[in-house]
Parts: sequence; structure tokens; C-alpha cells
Amino acid sequence: MSPAEEARIRDEVKSAWALSAPALIVLALAAVAPLLIVVVYSFLSPGQYGGIEWNFSLSGWAGVLFEHDIFDDALKLADGNLTIFWRSVQLSFVTTVLTFLVGFPTAWFIATRPPKARALWLFLITIPFWTNLLIRTFAINQIIRNEGVMNTLLMKAGIISSPIQLTYTDTALLIGMVYVYLPLMVLPLFATIDRFDMRLLEAGYDLYASRWQVLRRVILPIVKPGIIAGSILVFVPCLGAYVTPRILGGGKNMMIGNFIELQFGQGKNWPLGAALSVTLLIIVTIALLAYVRTISGERKDG
Amino acid sequence: MADRAKRSFAVTDLPGFSTIAILVFVALYAPILIMTLYSFNAGQSVASWEGWSLDWYRVAWGNEEVKKATLISLQVAAAAAVLSTALATLAALGTTRRRNFRGQTFIYVMINQPLMVPEIVTAVALLLVTAAIKKATGYSGLGYLIMAHTAFCIPFAYLPIRARLEGMDTTLETAAADLYASSWQTFRRVTLPLLMPGIFAGAMLAFVTSLDDVVITEFIKSPGQDTLPTYMLGQLRRAMKPDVNAISTMLLVFTLVILSAFFLLSRNRK
Repeated sequence: MSPAEEARIRDEVKSAWALSAPALIVLALAAVAPLLIVVVYSFLSPGQYGGIEWNFSLSGWAGVLFEHDIFDDALKLADGNLTIFWRSVQLSFVTTVLTFLVGFPTAWFIATRPPKARALWLFLITIPFWTNLLIRTFAINQIIRNEGVMNTLLMKAGIISSPIQLTYTDTALLIGMVYVYLPLMVLPLFATIDRFDMRLLEAGYDLYASRWQVLRRVILPIVKPGIIAGSILVFVPCLGAYVTPRILGGGKNMMIGNFIELQFGQGKNWPLGAALSVTLLIIVTIALLAYVRTISGERKDG
Repeated sequence: MADRAKRSFAVTDLPGFSTIAILVFVALYAPILIMTLYSFNAGQSVASWEGWSLDWYRVAWGNEEVKKATLISLQVAAAAAVLSTALATLAALGTTRRRNFRGQTFIYVMINQPLMVPEIVTAVALLLVTAAIKKATGYSGLGYLIMAHTAFCIPFAYLPIRARLEGMDTTLETAAADLYASSWQTFRRVTLPLLMPGIFAGAMLAFVTSLDDVVITEFIKSPGQDTLPTYMLGQLRRAMKPDVNAISTMLLVFTLVILSAFFLLSRNRK
């Protein structure tokens, strides 16, 4: 490589950094540095009325797993906290599976329409994706509430005599989360199915495969990257969900997000809140890393 | 009969898939449509229909808190959209159409960071920082909200701009350079005009994203800085009133208008 060319490449790299710098600075200040401060706060002791005292303490981190017994002050496992974590993971997992079960046929349906209609169907999936999550949660809440449309209609029709209590149950939360996060599953699934070579189906049928065999042996293995991408896109925001569980789950059916908020509100235990946030961040990072590894593994195989 | 045989041989058909898909679309839109319908309900109830009226729009419109929240929402969203789009445009110019360099992945990760970290964690982090700064400086204006919204809008603005840049033909720029245009002239007269649809698309996505935000705003707003979504979330503590339906419907229509404009812009690309 000639010196002139080397200098040109150096200039190019320099300009790349210079152009990206303003965005990087804003992101560093308003998105990354605050995360480091959360880590710092998780090692301080709580102030009496919220906030923190500037001395080192592991009480926040201990609080993630342990709690003082109300009677004899002995340390014991914080069942409540662990239950909330476990519940959140379970609910997020079930939501992911449910969104896949209804999202896959939907994505398939869109991808197999004629091109013009396809754009329209895709647009119909994208609108909910971009409309306010709060509004959509409100909307689903109005359907399933005790005095909501569903119960009123069912009672008028004489099918039930008293309203089905759904709000503030896990079922309501699941319905709400599937409803809210479904587009995040359909969009990446559609993107992979759209690239799928439909001639492979003919090949499969020519070789006497049943529909089920074609689905299981041909389609699913090929669209796997889309399935993984969709699952991550649904699972991660579910795990950190705050708005949907607050509206549909109520005070008893908390998820991690609401539990974290509680520590900064009534709980007045900022270090515990910070430690819980870091824990959530670690779980999400592990999920994302697993995703990146699967994807790059797939590329190597292919 | 022949028709039937032909149809059952459509290789892309999988049994039950179309039915599920149609049901999904119905389930996706029914709640939104019902909410819109009941925002025009004459009665107090959100479940029984008592005739058409615009009462709830009148109630919402006459509510000073709603007006103030709308104004704050628009101010923050406009400022965040302009700032994040400007930053994202520069970053997109810096990261596309050049050979790979060390640190490129780092820049991508930084830009997409707001998409990867759970919103509640970012909200907590910003709460800690803003609480400390508010205490130290005494400033409690909209600056915090604008800064936070700008940061998480950057990836949304960046994506369409980058896509546009990558799809752009470089021959026009080469032609400009051949005709002795300076690199600034080439950028100003060739690159920027070609890039404009991408920039507008990015600004719209950023605007909608900022307008929709609940969690981060809820955590860092100072008293009296409710945006429309946080105002609506606050209303939940009280009894649910149909004027929330009216506000939701208006916000929904507004978002839809912006989105349609976005889709029209990105379609022109082809």
C-alpha cells in the first residue's frame, strides 16, 4: 500500500469518528454513563427518606436475595423477590411461546400473499407496532375488564351470570403482553419467510412429504434465525415490562419492572432498586449474547 | 372440481394458517376500534352504548391539564426529533459507504444501546442522575426530558437514514467531483438532497418514539411536567373515564397521520 493511500485511509477513519462523535457523546452522557452510576448506587447504603448515603454497603445486593425476618431479624432468603423474578421470567417465556404460535401463521400468511396485498397486510401489522403501548394496553383493558365489553356482551347474551374476573390476574397480563408484543414477533418472522424459497416446498411435496413433515423438516429449520430474532425481541421487553403489568396486573401481580419502581417510590430503598436493575440488565445481556452467538454460529454452519 | 383440485395443490398453503392470521388481525384491531367507538359514546359507561356524541372530546379539550400535557409532549418530541435526527445523520454519514475500520462495531453498539437495555433500567439510571443534577444545580426545566428523549431516539432516526445512504448511487457524487465540485459542494448539492427523504423518515420515527414514551418520562419528569402518556397513566389511579378514550383516539390519529407520511416517503425511495 502506498503512503498516500495509507494517509487517505487514516483520514477516512478520522472523519468517521468525527462524524459519529456528537451522537456518541449524547449517548454516553444520557444512556451509558447513567448505567454505570446505577452500578455505583447499588453499592451504597439507603438514605432514610429515599436517596442514598455515601458509604459503601452490600445491603442493596444482599436485599436481592435475602431479607431480615420481621420477628427475630435473622437473614433468610427473600422468597418474595425471587418469586417476582421467577414469575417475570415465566410470564415472559409463556408470552414468547404464545406470540410465536399465533405470530408464525400470521407472518406466513402475509409472506404468501401477492406482492401488492402483502404490502397492505404488512402495513396493518406495523401500525400497532408504532402506536402507543399505553393506548394499546388501555384498549385491551377495556375489553377484558369486569365492566368491559367482553363481560357485558357475554352477560347480555346470557352465557354467564357474573363477570369473568380477568383483570389483576396472570391471564389478563398474558393476554395484554401477547397483544402488545405480537408485532415484534411477526416482523422478523416475516422478514425471513419472505426470503424463503417456496420451490423447496414443491421439492418436499414431490418427495412425498406430508404438510407436517414439510413444516417441520423444511420450513422451520430454514426460518430458525427469524424465530430466534423474534423470540429475543419479545422476551427482552417482556422481562422489563412496566406499563402493561401496572395496568393489567395490579399491585399483587408485579413483574420485575414494577418491583424496581417500588424501591424508588414507597420502598425508599434506592440501593436495592439499583441492584435489582443491574440484575435485570445482566439477565438481558446474557439473553442478547446467547442470541448473537447462535446467529454467528448459524452463519458459520451455512 | 378442477378449481378445487388446483386450490388444494397450492404449495404455500398450510392448514389453518390463514384462519389464525385473520383472527390475529381481528384481535389486533378490535380493541383499538372499540376504544375509538366508545370515545364517541354519549353515556358515562365504557361498555354500554348510549348514542353518538362528542362530549368526551369537549371534556378533554376543556381540561387545562390535558392542554398543558399536550404542549409539553409536542415540545419535547419536536426538540428530541430535531436533535436526534441531526446527530443520527452525522453518525450515518460517518459509518456508511466506507471500508470497515476498527471501532465500527463499538459505534454500532453505542448507537443501538437504547434498543437493547430494558427501558425500566434506563429510566432508573436517568432518575438517579437527574435527581443528583437537580439537587446540585437547582435546574428543573424540560432539558432533562429533551436530553433523555434525544438519546433514545437516535437509533430510530439512524436506521432509515443509514438504509437510504446504503441504497444511494455513488456515481452522482463521483460525477460532481469530476466536475470540480468541492467536497462541501458535493455534499450540499448532491448527497444531502438525495438523503433528504431518509432524514425526514428518521425524524418522523424519532418524533413518534418520543411522543409514545411513558417509562423514562415518568421517572425523570419534574412536578408539573406531565406529557400526554404520563398524564394518562396518572389518570389510571382514579376511575377510568371515557375522556381518556377521547385523548387516546386523538393521539392515535395523530400517530397514524405521521406514520402514513413516513410510509409514503419511504415508498418514494423505490
